Amino acid sequence: MPIFGITASSNQFAKLGDFSQIATTTVGVSGVANIEFTSIPQTYTHLQIRGITRVATSANSFRMQLNSDTGSNYTRHYIFGNGSSVTASASTSQSSLTVGDTSITANIFSAFIIDILDYTNTNKNKVVRSLNGVDFNGSGSASMYTGVWLNTAAINSIKLFSNGSETIQQYSSFALYGIKG
Amino acid sequence: MAATYTPIASITLGASAASVTFNSIPQTYTDLVLVIQPVAGASIYNSQFRFNGDSGSNYGGTVLTGNGSSAASYRGSNMNAGFLDSEGYPSTTAGATTQIMHVMNYANTTTYKTTLNRSGRASQGTDLIVNTWRSTAAITSITLGSDLGAQRTTYVSGCILNLYGILGANA
Repeated sequence: MPIFGITASSNQFAKLGDFSQIATTTVGVSGVANIEFTSIPQTYTHLQIRGITRVATSANSFRMQLNSDTGSNYTRHYIFGNGSSVTASASTSQSSLTVGDTSITANIFSAFIIDILDYTNTNKNKVVRSLNGVDFNGSGSASMYTGVWLNTAAINSIKLFSNGSETIQQYSSFALYGIKG
Repeated sequence: MAATYTPIASITLGASAASVTFNSIPQTYTDLVLVIQPVAGASIYNSQFRFNGDSGSNYGGTVLTGNGSSAASYRGSNMNAGFLDSEGYPSTTAGATTQIMHVMNYANTTTYKTTLNRSGRASQGTDLIVNTWRSTAAITSITLGSDLGAQRTTYVSGCILNLYGILGANA
């Protein structure tokens, strides 16, 4: 995989076209229950989702399901800093992957960078990594999540939603990109 | 599908500088990615950033950091500049530190701006940092420095700073 941003690497190995737009969703004034990317092209090696989000009334974790699988087929690890202490934990047999925390505060949005590796490979389970953070000027968190979807199917759809089924608010925006190997 | 992750500007310092500014940032992308390999002068302090030259108390940041033996988290509120690093601060040795800042949805004029930063220095540790700049203005310039108020550490000649733009589909 090319190492974007490192001058020598980008000159030698990466070229324009190795990181490509696939789809973007920006939430309108009425809000939405979830954001879903469907019919994902199978022509890249990795996927990256970059986005910001805010939800309605209760800050819950932000979740991901792949290929509409709602079974207990997800595991996760995370490390989480809240500004004063650090926690780390793991869970198995989850019905979704956790990718970070959300915001309920006006104008302040939680940020996500989510990498989904080898998403078309049908010989292995799928690994997801997320960088997430939100700062409210006195509270907030920075966190890293890693998860596995215990399924070897190629990924053709991704659903993002609040664990508390909160409405995703206006100006939340997620963009899906494909990365070539 | 259209290609993106486009180089906007690259700076290799020809002389030492107390701060470096990317000006006139085009407003045509969704996110910015700033990649820095800082090399500092003799005095080492943490790196900071400002958007649009704003030195008001409008920055908040939360840090998750590890130094090889323990993890910690801390916060800054009402700061006059954002956190660029924690343990991954500039070294006096070239190539020892890398800092990457993702500036999300930088051109919109309806939300405060959020950054996600990763920095690391092999001899010190690694960081994940989130910052919120409490302004709805589109970001047109980024100033980088070390302890920006006092400018106590300079970036030395040879420092490399690269700025990229990422454009989402139909954005």
